[in-house]
Amino acid sequence: MGVKRVEATDAAREWVRRLEAEHGPVMFHQSGGCCDGSAPMCFLRGEFRVGERDVWLGDVEGAPVYIGGRQYEVWKHTQLILDVVPGRGSGFSLEAPEGVRFLTRSRVFSAEELEELGDLEAGEARQG
Amino acid sequence: MKYEAPQLSNRYQNFIGGDWVEPRSGKWFENPSPVTGKTVCEIPRSNHQDIELALDAAHAAAPAWGKTAPAKRAEALMKIADRMEASLEELAVIETWDNGKPVRETLAADLPLAVDHFRYFAGCIRAQEGTVAELDDDTVAYHFPEPLGVVGQIIPWNFPILMAAWKVAPALAAGNAVVLKPAEQTPVGILELMKRVGDVLPPGVLNVVNGFGVEAGKPLAASPRVAKVAFTGETTTGRLIMQAASENLVPVTLELGGKSPNVFFKDVFDKNDAFREKVLEGFAMFALNQGEVCTCPSRALVAKEIYGTFMEEAVERVKRIKPGHPLDTETRLGAQASTDQLEKILSYIDIGKQEGAEVLTGGKRAQLSGEAESGYYVEPTILSGSNRMRVFQEEIFGPVVSVTPFEGFEQGIEIANDTLYGLGAGIWTRDTNTAYRAGRAIHAGRVWTNCYHLYPAHAAFGGYKQSGIGRETHKMMLGHYQQTKNLLVSYDPNAMGLF
Repeated sequence: MGVKRVEATDAAREWVRRLEAEHGPVMFHQSGGCCDGSAPMCFLRGEFRVGERDVWLGDVEGAPVYIGGRQYEVWKHTQLILDVVPGRGSGFSLEAPEGVRFLTRSRVFSAEELEELGDLEAGEARQG
Repeated sequence: MKYEAPQLSNRYQNFIGGDWVEPRSGKWFENPSPVTGKTVCEIPRSNHQDIELALDAAHAAAPAWGKTAPAKRAEALMKIADRMEASLEELAVIETWDNGKPVRETLAADLPLAVDHFRYFAGCIRAQEGTVAELDDDTVAYHFPEPLGVVGQIIPWNFPILMAAWKVAPALAAGNAVVLKPAEQTPVGILELMKRVGDVLPPGVLNVVNGFGVEAGKPLAASPRVAKVAFTGETTTGRLIMQAASENLVPVTLELGGKSPNVFFKDVFDKNDAFREKVLEGFAMFALNQGEVCTCPSRALVAKEIYGTFMEEAVERVKRIKPGHPLDTETRLGAQASTDQLEKILSYIDIGKQEGAEVLTGGKRAQLSGEAESGYYVEPTILSGSNRMRVFQEEIFGPVVSVTPFEGFEQGIEIANDTLYGLGAGIWTRDTNTAYRAGRAIHAGRVWTNCYHLYPAHAAFGGYKQSGIGRETHKMMLGHYQQTKNLLVSYDPNAMGLF
């Protein structure tokens, strides 16, 4: 299977590796809502407790990426592309003190890609 | 007129225990102004050690402050309001420089509303009463509202001073001591405010610790030494804060944003009168504060019968809003608060286009000249599409509105409610029955009816659904900063006969 629900730019991958070298394993949870909402939040792995309704979208450099179940329902026709830009997001995301901010770019899946991907049930694809 | 850039300190400190204190890390970070994109001062890069110091100061101060007479607490809040008012123009310019919003707005809204908020809660606490219930001839239940003790507050960057006022004023009025963590994008306004009001309160009653969310905000939210956490921000951090609060078994109030519908019924254009202009102003409100408002009316639902004419006039109305230098009093659209915010907005316009939304106006970064050349500006943007597109489902937090037509009352309400959020909504109609029914049918905490973006004290503000927990800007907020003490008293000298 070639198509993935989550992808990342080289710059984002590089930052995942740097953060992991400094802090240990990390994870992502896609946020919604106000202020820094709609941005991906990067935490120490296990720090954010993934719930029954969260959906695991895939991994970036080994770091799992999750999204809330109800948010997944309105995002699932798009691929998430993790990128990084200069910035200073608030929230508790790990990279902010470094002067960079992870950013979710997106691409709309084609009908063929959506068929190949199938649908995920909330909770079903949680990583082990 | 155009204001000069404000005079700031080169380097700021934390405000802890009534003193200005260096961060324990010995580190500061650079704070750029979004107006120019250039660094304007340095802010303490605090960590858990500074949070602990602030909590020490707050715990030392809380018992006496909680027992201070309500009239005295109210007097302190009134004094804070007076000092703010005396420096209103100065603070407004600083807030604009720090956040990027037009000075027209900070002068007319942010600062006056913040001043009024302190006065409002000064009044509320003096008028607050417990209750007495006569359970039977000999037994009385007394209920006293008591402060929680020490509370942690984490505030956002879109209205830095006003959001601090929304949280600080009720907490202090209710008799709590506060540790406040401002947003790292916009720390200066609150620090300059503390320079002017820091001596009004006893040392330790209000402490301000700056720094990054992960280094300073997180230890505050997770501390077992806070009796309550208040947060305004987004859903993932909101959940993380609730997870920490669940470990400490403390309450939270959360305001997590929305995707507010602004519903225009078919009768709004029945006459060519002043109300028609008001309606178009209501539509254009999505660009107020550059769209960086939790209640931004970022989904416009327009009755199909008038859609063509309405959108023609709405696009013309929005085209008249030009981004400009935020310190110019003529400017109505300023800079986005940060570079990552700018990037996020542009990424959403991109996904909207990919999903097939049509750009009716705007759609790109705005290029200003002079010192604002490197600032973060976006053209006010109208996208037309359908409600299942992501630009209709996510808060973009920029001057971007997504528009779609609806057919009939039922469908209008259905689309309005087809969202994960429920913070604000707008209803526009000349018919009072439609207004009432629509207002009650929409699942949101605040439904503006024939108006929008008014934030007076004494009208409750807070979210339904994933938009959060709690109600601010109303005396009921006192209840979120208090707990009830019940004294159950028997005036019967005889044995109870129970045992």
